[in-house]
Amino acid sequence: MINQDGGSQALADDIKASTGINFNSCLHCKTCANGCPFLEGMDYAPNAVIRLIQFGMEEEALKCSTIWVCVGCNTCSSCCPMAIDIPAVMDSLRHKAIEKGVKIAEPDIMNFHTEVLNTVKKYGRTHKLEIMMRYKFKKMDLLSDMGVGLKMLKKRKLDLTPSKIQDKKAIEKIFRKN
Amino acid sequence: MKKSSGKIENNRQFERLKFSFFPGCSLKASGHENTMSLLKFCDRVNIDLIELEDWNCCGSSSAHSVDSEVAKNLPMRNISLAPKGIPLMIACPSCLIRIKSMYLKIKKDKNLRKEYENLWEKPFDDELEIIHFFEIFNRINLEDYNDHPEEKLKKLKVAPYYGCMLSMPPDLRFEKNYYGIMEKTLAKLGADIISYGYGTRCCGTYLSVAKPQVAQKVVNEIVSKAMEAGAECLVTACAMCHLNLEIRCSLENPIPVLHFSELLSMALGAQDQKKWFPRHIVDPVPLLKKRGLIIA
Repeated sequence: MINQDGGSQALADDIKASTGINFNSCLHCKTCANGCPFLEGMDYAPNAVIRLIQFGMEEEALKCSTIWVCVGCNTCSSCCPMAIDIPAVMDSLRHKAIEKGVKIAEPDIMNFHTEVLNTVKKYGRTHKLEIMMRYKFKKMDLLSDMGVGLKMLKKRKLDLTPSKIQDKKAIEKIFRKN
Repeated sequence: MKKSSGKIENNRQFERLKFSFFPGCSLKASGHENTMSLLKFCDRVNIDLIELEDWNCCGSSSAHSVDSEVAKNLPMRNISLAPKGIPLMIACPSCLIRIKSMYLKIKKDKNLRKEYENLWEKPFDDELEIIHFFEIFNRINLEDYNDHPEEKLKKLKVAPYYGCMLSMPPDLRFEKNYYGIMEKTLAKLGADIISYGYGTRCCGTYLSVAKPQVAQKVVNEIVSKAMEAGAECLVTACAMCHLNLEIRCSLENPIPVLHFSELLSMALGAQDQKKWFPRHIVDPVPLLKKRGLIIA
């Protein structure tokens, strides 16, 4: 580990505690960055995020867009020669960003996740139409992408009513710590 | 199962397999054509599917992204609902990853097991087998249900698309990998398999909503590479990938995207395509008519 001036070892230690990943093992071969289908949407390449952790640059790591743009497709972890579970690192950083209340680099993506979990909390299952509507309302953007939404409705790809589970107590248990 | 020829007329002689079935939100609430054709296929090959009673969302991409507690509890409850003694079959690759990796974690971790047993008031079932839909092809023999399987799909040029979720992430790296099942099965049924380099490329999942431009780019790349390689259609293993490949493709005259289950059911003689195909954005009917796979 090469902690920069003012950098701290704590971030690497924290993430190691939740994922078991030893950050000294990254060789920066960039196989992850070369394979990532979403690199263009990110501010730091996946290996660069690991570099931020190695340098102990917590603020940069928690505020970067990469941790939100990463969808966990595992293209990187499948080809990483050191078998680093990179999506698990992204998960961990995201949790930490939320916990610390830092400015979220990709509020739309956070908003989407929140709306998905809102419908799961209500029905026990996701309800795509409601997710889309609430997501769009929160974003104050009802018109963009309208064509796709209408096409989906026309082709009956968005059920109007949600599919629900019966056991409401189970949902309470699942969300009991929220 | 032993190979048989000439047993087609009477497939009652095969023992019916019984699985509990986790459909998941994508199949249950948007990919209806996927569910309908999948149920049809399973029935045709003597598999009884019993829907997991009162199942809940697996957590999808969102729970593990922002709430680790909920991400743990959602799959746990599904595991607690699974009946003993029969495998739990999951058709959605993403649900499979969430549920199976949680199952394996509980199996290894004493504290997690205790937490599971306290929360769901049930002993953890160490014997539960959690399988993907593809596992069926290791347990049945398609030739048993088809007179001349090699004639069924009439050389339709298909590009199999697995998506990323069947690539077995680090948590599941010692589990079975199913790459090749679609190629093997569809080739056996008389399809012409097109190879291209994008069969396991991620479809963009929820970026389709939150960053449509990014998703559009990867989707166009996948579909155009399949077309360049000469495919007449793409065949998907995942209802969510199917949706993204259809709604985010902005190419002119893209090829249709079929669910694997639709082609399987058609090859085994299903006649209810009229319920499935109107739900497709790119109409597969002209292609299938041209190939003589459906009659006007």
